[in-house]
Amino acid sequence: MSEQLEPLKKSEISVNDIAYTQMETGESVGLLGHLKGFWVPFSKIFKKTLTVEYPEVKAPTAERFHGRHQLNRHPDGLEKCIGCELCAWACPADAIYVEGANNTPENQMSPGERYGKVYQINYLRCVFCGLCIEACPTRALTMTNEYELADESREKLIFEKEDLLAPLRQGMLMPPHPMYPDMDDSNYYKGDVKQSHPSQDVK
Amino acid sequence: MTTAELIAADSGATIVIKALLVFVFCVLLTLMSVWGERRLVGRMQERPGPNRVGPFGLIQALADGVKLALKEDLIPAAADKVVFVLAPIISATTCFLSFAVIPITGEVSLFGKTTAMQLTDLPVGVLYVLAIASVGVYGIVLAGWSSGSTYPLLGGLRSSAQVISYEVAMGLSLVAVFIYAGSMSTSDIVAAQSTWWYGVVLFPSFAIYAISMVGETNRAPFDLAEAEGELVGGFHTEYSSLKFALFFLAEYVNIIAVSALATTLFLGGYHAPPGLGFTESWLGGWFTGIWFFAKVLTFFFVFVWLRGTLPRLRYDQFMQFGWKILIPVSILWILVVATLRTLSLEGAPRIVVVGFASFVVLLVMAANIGFENAKKKKLASIEVEASEPSFAVPTVPMNVSNINVSQGSKGGDHV
Repeated sequence: MSEQLEPLKKSEISVNDIAYTQMETGESVGLLGHLKGFWVPFSKIFKKTLTVEYPEVKAPTAERFHGRHQLNRHPDGLEKCIGCELCAWACPADAIYVEGANNTPENQMSPGERYGKVYQINYLRCVFCGLCIEACPTRALTMTNEYELADESREKLIFEKEDLLAPLRQGMLMPPHPMYPDMDDSNYYKGDVKQSHPSQDVK
Repeated sequence: MTTAELIAADSGATIVIKALLVFVFCVLLTLMSVWGERRLVGRMQERPGPNRVGPFGLIQALADGVKLALKEDLIPAAADKVVFVLAPIISATTCFLSFAVIPITGEVSLFGKTTAMQLTDLPVGVLYVLAIASVGVYGIVLAGWSSGSTYPLLGGLRSSAQVISYEVAMGLSLVAVFIYAGSMSTSDIVAAQSTWWYGVVLFPSFAIYAISMVGETNRAPFDLAEAEGELVGGFHTEYSSLKFALFFLAEYVNIIAVSALATTLFLGGYHAPPGLGFTESWLGGWFTGIWFFAKVLTFFFVFVWLRGTLPRLRYDQFMQFGWKILIPVSILWILVVATLRTLSLEGAPRIVVVGFASFVVLLVMAANIGFENAKKKKLASIEVEASEPSFAVPTVPMNVSNINVSQGSKGGDHV
């Protein structure tokens, strides 16, 4: 079987190799057969419709539906994005713009050296292919199931970092704040940080 | 007192009121039928159709009309402006005119005066309807021609060719009715159907009329002149705003008009169905109007049903069907009907009439068998040809399942 896995090229097929089969002309369906065709749409009138009353009723999407992006956070609230721009480089539609910057002790946005200072996704260009998600080395960028992305101006469809960032959950602190005591960025990636530490609350 | 005498006694005011009622009836029915069609065809396709504007989406058509009226009215630079404006007016006026001779109710009292809901009664009423339909074609031709654009021209030519061709079959299918009713007046034809509907007695005529009326109104499956995928919108591609609305109105009023004519000529007009004759005197005779209305709506439902069921025909198939099947069959049927009618009017013995009828039936059956045999022979000859192509055949596109790969010589190269 293995040699047939790859399709033959056109030049490798000679006419004699092709098995000609007689097309079946089929028996005449007769008058009743034609009437059967009329019965199908008629009977549908009395059946339930397959549609959803969309704005009122929202059917859930498929579990892994490619919707609006989200920039995730570590469990203590620090951003996962390290400003590496791999998502922007992977993007086939050139929809992502990233500017990285250095973390400083006063302004620690993410564990490690760098964070994403500017992060924009242009939803007029995005094709929702998910290549950026595959490219992201820190799992900072993922996609949600949100699909209602219409707006009335082009500017409104360029989403900034604050539009894309995940909300703060239980146990998270709003960055900038220092990293978890006695933990380095490797610990963050290994998942050793479960929630914020009281010493991180600098405000 | 016949309907003609009843109508002749109408005062001027009654005529004006009746004309107004007919017009309002047509426009309202158009609005409702647009809604009804979209709802029905939606249900046939397992979706609800318009259900947002008003209860059950009832005023959707009105909202669409307002939207159309508020749109920008464009006239293309290359258009012939006078004719371009004239064409929708011709279409929209002629479609209403045929209602003048359609008897909608029997004897009723309107503001204390006894009359019938029929605007006028011409001795050649049905011919008048056909003539008006022919004038309506001018709207289509002129619209297509004056747009100064390719698609409307093609669509206009197709539409007019279609309407003219199917008018022939339509006219021929009515001849049998004239022969049996002995009149071309619509009210006389309705009166002649008090016992038997012509749709039953003259079933082939009815079938031919029913098919050709779909062709006549450019409706699915004969809507090839407005084939959205091929000709954009057909003859009205360049029209917008109110002018487009007029064409839209004309299309639906035409559907109602041919349905009303079919009701009048074949389904007993305003008469109640057999066995329900006692209902005709209800509501002071106005109940006959409800029967008429019900029959027209039944036809309209069939129009929608056809649209929901059948795919569009190809242009040449459509023309072949009209010229090579409908028209010859109509002519043969007229011959048979005329002979039978003459035989019975001349007082020929029943055995002769029945004998002639069975002879015709046998002839049709024999012709059918011969046709089937010829078809089988033709198919058989095609099979022989197909088995061994004697000419160069282009490479068939990739389809792995159909290829016999001989394992020895091939295969190793492409792993």
